[in-house]
Amino acid sequence: MRRYIHDSLVVFRRSMVISLQNPVWVLVSLMQPILYLALFGPLLQAVAKTPGFPPGDAWQVFVPGLLVQLGIFGAAFVGFGIIAEWRSGVIDRMMVTPASRTALITGRVLRDVVIICLQGIILIAAAFLFGLRIPLAAIFGALIVVALLGAAFAYLSYAAGLALKSEDALAPLLNSIALPILLLSGILLPMTLAPRWLRILSDLDPFKYIVDAERAIFRSEYWSQTTEIGVAIAIVIVLLSAWLGNLVFRQQTK
Amino acid sequence: MAVAPETMIEAHGLKRVYRTRGKAIEAVKGIDLTVKAGEIVGFLGPNGAGKTTTLKMLCTLLEPTGGTAKVAGLDLRADPVGVRRRIGYVSQSGSTSELARVGNEITWHAELYGIAPKAARERAEELLSALDLEDVWDRKCAALSGGQRRRLDIVMGLIHRPQLVFLDEPSTGLDPQSRANLWTHIRKLRDDFGTTVFLTTHYMDEADSLSDRILIIDHGTIVREGTPKELKKRVSGDAITLTLRDTGDAEAAAAITGALVGASEPNVEGNVVRIQVQDGAAALAKLLKDMNSIGVEAIGVEVAQPTLDDVFLALTGRTLRD
Ligand SMILES: Nc1ncnc2c1ncn2[C@@H]1O[C@H](COP(=O)(O)OP(=O)(O)OP(=O)(O)O)[C@@H](O)[C@H]1O
Ligand SMILES: [Mg+2]
Repeated sequence: MRRYIHDSLVVFRRSMVISLQNPVWVLVSLMQPILYLALFGPLLQAVAKTPGFPPGDAWQVFVPGLLVQLGIFGAAFVGFGIIAEWRSGVIDRMMVTPASRTALITGRVLRDVVIICLQGIILIAAAFLFGLRIPLAAIFGALIVVALLGAAFAYLSYAAGLALKSEDALAPLLNSIALPILLLSGILLPMTLAPRWLRILSDLDPFKYIVDAERAIFRSEYWSQTTEIGVAIAIVIVLLSAWLGNLVFRQQTK
Repeated sequence: MAVAPETMIEAHGLKRVYRTRGKAIEAVKGIDLTVKAGEIVGFLGPNGAGKTTTLKMLCTLLEPTGGTAKVAGLDLRADPVGVRRRIGYVSQSGSTSELARVGNEITWHAELYGIAPKAARERAEELLSALDLEDVWDRKCAALSGGQRRRLDIVMGLIHRPQLVFLDEPSTGLDPQSRANLWTHIRKLRDDFGTTVFLTTHYMDEADSLSDRILIIDHGTIVREGTPKELKKRVSGDAITLTLRDTGDAEAAAAITGALVGASEPNVEGNVVRIQVQDGAAALAKLLKDMNSIGVEAIGVEVAQPTLDDVFLALTGRTLRD
């Protein structure tokens, strides 16, 4: 176990330092959440006045959606990075060390989670400037959900990248998974506005419940059923993707 | 069976079948090999022969589909982590990220072996200077030349001072001086630390001058093994290469080589004629005299001792060039 933590932290530090040494990457990562907020937020102010809009002010509905989106899309594309690493021989080189296989993927996921949480904090801070008001506990709770989502999608994306080993195959796969999730989960606009058939479809999207939970947390309903269901689903998804990610890493030697 | 501690690699019937899209490719067809501690063994073969596949299996990177192996005294399947602790591997296709800085990449790698960053840096500086790679510590890997990057791969593979190193075509992309330098370093590793070295190459001169023993692999099977000297002895005689003015002269010269005692069938390529004879010097004198009498003059003459190239050609009917 000590070995596992040590190895994960080495891999984490490595990916983090390499990312931070790239100024363009840092700038884009910092600007992204602010852009979302500045360019999409004003639209929502108008929509919030339509009947059927859920409780809470526009920011309380909109920012949780953005956070979930950040968790999903901030991590969904990390698989491209692992293809590049595999191609340059880094993955094989690490696999011949005695390092724990699980640490090789978990260290990388940890980097993605930390980055996404930082972006989440920036996003919430910027939303405060626009007029969002929620207690510290809600911020904390909301970030936990984002971290879970980020971890899940990072594991999945690494698994897909390493299994496919081709950017051309990975891009359509990610898009075909992420897009329906995005549209059906009510991330951008709440599903309470949707017609009946669309609402039924969206009930099948597990991520809808996570978005709902995130909105409940923003209304300070920490122990409501909505929150519990959403968080439970998020935890199950993380466990499944971690299992899949590790499986793919171990399969490398098959 | 108890393996004597002086055996570093012992493989029996090692086999690998790749399956891609329903098709099975038998890359390594059940090979046996033994490498003693402190040996430098050259694994020689043309493209696609199965060298990398064999190495990856011995390095725990690829599960054999058949056979057994003990590497550095441990069973490959039963204790892969133990094997990994004792071996180093330099892959054919690089090991560093373009985006990382050289020093960072080395220390992180060492940390995965449990080596503290400070100790890693000391070892790395030694290795880097031995391989003529000074002043690269703070540079990005992308800012190194191909040959420098290759030498960095070798530094990474040796950082934990393994008892056994696998080098997959270590000198690809190196200029002659760097190659000679690398050879010196590899010999030093063995002489000073008793490191066992198992390297693949398709350079005959590399296998010849570096290895104590050579294994020749072709189409997934080991076709011959022995010391460079033993292998060369199997190819009889010296090679004579004559360059003539034109193809007509070449044909004429080839026709009279039949008069030489013990000469091989001549091989004519354009205006060049090649034959193998027992005693190159004596045969050449007679050949030139005979050619003179029919009015054919050679513009280039070469007599050479057999090389491993000739060994390979004799064994497989193909040359080793890529
Ligand atoms: N991942 C793979 N999937 C399917 N076939 C493979 C795979 N890797 C190698 N092969 C095939 O196995 C055979 C042996 O390949 P290998 O890489 O071991 O050769 P090699 O001797 O290292 O050649 P080279 O000198 O080109 O490096 C080749 O026919 C190759 O096409
Ligand atoms: Mg190879």
